[in-house]
Amino acid sequence: MEFYLSALVLGLCLSSMALGIFITMKIFRIPDITTDGSYTLGAAVTAVLLTRQWPLAAIIPVTMIAGALAGILTGLVHTRLKIDALLAGILVMTGLYSVNLNVLGRSNIPLLEVQTIFNALSIFEKPLHNELWVGLLFLGLISGLLAYMLRTDFGIAMRATGNSESMTRALGINPDAMKITGLAIANVLTALSGFLVAQYQNFTDINMGIGIVLVGLGSVLIGDALINWLGIKIIWVQLLFIMGGSILFQMMLAVALSLGVNPSLLKLITAVFVLAIVGIPRLMARRE
Amino acid sequence: MIELSHITKVFNRGQANEVAALQDVNLQIGEGEFVVLVGANGSGKTTLLNIIAGAEFPSEGAIQIHGEEVTRVPEHKRSRWMARVFQNPLGGTAPELSILSNFRLAALRTSRKKLVIGINEAFKASVREKIAGLDMGLENKLSQPMGSLSGGQRQALTLLMSTMDHTDILLLDEPTAALDPRSAEIVMQAAQKIIQDYGLTTLFITHNLRDAHRYGNRLIHMVEGRVARDLNAEAKSKLKLQEMYEWFE
Ligand SMILES: Nc1ncnc2c1ncn2[C@@H]1O[C@H](COP(=O)(O)OP(=O)(O)O)[C@@H](O)[C@H]1O
Ligand SMILES: [Mg+2]
Repeated sequence: MEFYLSALVLGLCLSSMALGIFITMKIFRIPDITTDGSYTLGAAVTAVLLTRQWPLAAIIPVTMIAGALAGILTGLVHTRLKIDALLAGILVMTGLYSVNLNVLGRSNIPLLEVQTIFNALSIFEKPLHNELWVGLLFLGLISGLLAYMLRTDFGIAMRATGNSESMTRALGINPDAMKITGLAIANVLTALSGFLVAQYQNFTDINMGIGIVLVGLGSVLIGDALINWLGIKIIWVQLLFIMGGSILFQMMLAVALSLGVNPSLLKLITAVFVLAIVGIPRLMARRE
Repeated sequence: MIELSHITKVFNRGQANEVAALQDVNLQIGEGEFVVLVGANGSGKTTLLNIIAGAEFPSEGAIQIHGEEVTRVPEHKRSRWMARVFQNPLGGTAPELSILSNFRLAALRTSRKKLVIGINEAFKASVREKIAGLDMGLENKLSQPMGSLSGGQRQALTLLMSTMDHTDILLLDEPTAALDPRSAEIVMQAAQKIIQDYGLTTLFITHNLRDAHRYGNRLIHMVEGRVARDLNAEAKSKLKLQEMYEWFE
């Protein structure tokens, strides 16, 4: 039980990144893989500042700014230089590896002696229950803000940009500026996942972001499949389903581990899961 | 209102597939003029509209709108003067957004899209009333995604969206080409009414010579990227449909 609850909290922590990928992939239809870099960036900034005794209230905005800069960089490369979004993301992600290594100063920082965001609550007896509530409250706040933003005039303009670029330009919206903003928001959300996971796992490692974009992608695909299946149109409910997708994904990995799969195979299992999520519907469609 | 001087547009310059879509086009379009553009496929009509809208920049020449030089001003900045209906019904609307959201953006064409929720009951009521005027029964479907509507419904709504915010100029690129005759008729009637009510300066591209004959107060015939004929209101009113058909023989 503990084991699955722990996977659930991890899923919550990663659902911020899933929301980010939902924005780029489903709202803007841009494949952004800056994620691997901005996730570790968020975790690295968090670890370094936590060990320097910075308060969380200051670490959160710094983490967000770091993520935003990563997204803006990818956005600028993509829109200004007209470079394919995938390549722009790879360029920034690769560059970020060195940035992250320099931020960390070494390949990993343990966070055992510091007060993390997960120590903030002490209502329940079991630490894991407190951690669950911290996760729920934090993600509730993030998704609430995001849902609000998507309903504003600005949010509608954002959603229109990925939907019909000719229309947005004709209605006075600068699609390039919108895409840069969207990539910034997505990578802020990803960096916040790094912020949470570093504190939840009590360490930051330079390699923790490798392949993490696939976890986010799988989560969004699960959430999106449910959204389409149930025909959900209301944007904040859609966000909830994306977060649910992230939790489900971690549950699937937890089940695999509990069945005795060697943890060294975790990335392979992740890849196979995503392949299955993408591939099975196509195979079924071909059969029909 | 709109002044084009020596506009030339060459695509793929210096390559084997070089096309001179417009060649030294000079046009002055006055306020309130309703200009109908006809011409064979590939004669440069859409390119001309794109250059006025800022979706393409001319290779040579200059454009002024309201006496302001706008030759290099991008489309999203020119949209404060003009609204547009595309040939493709998908072009002018966001299919996954609701009718209401589409209208909300149209209502903000000339202003900033801020971080505030602008769709309230008053806004809904005003959109409902506007759409009811179309008489297509769409006023009760405001929360339906735009993509669930037929091409004719979407073109009629796109047209209506152009009146949600102040506009001086209306650009219509074969707005009825993708529609069945009945929808085409409804859309053209709606266009005619909007153009008259708001006194819009209009450019209307059509392949339908009956429409070209029936609507507008100026007629321009384009041939191979040049203005071959330019008829003012009087000449246009005297023009017989049969004569127009002969231009295309
Ligand atoms: N983006 C483009 N790239 C290359 N050639 C183009 C482009 N747009 C238009 N053309 C060419 O320019 C010419 C004029 O096209 P267009 O303005 O669309 O004509 P019309 O609208 O009168 O049918 C055509 O030969 C067309 O193939
Ligand atoms: Mg055309």
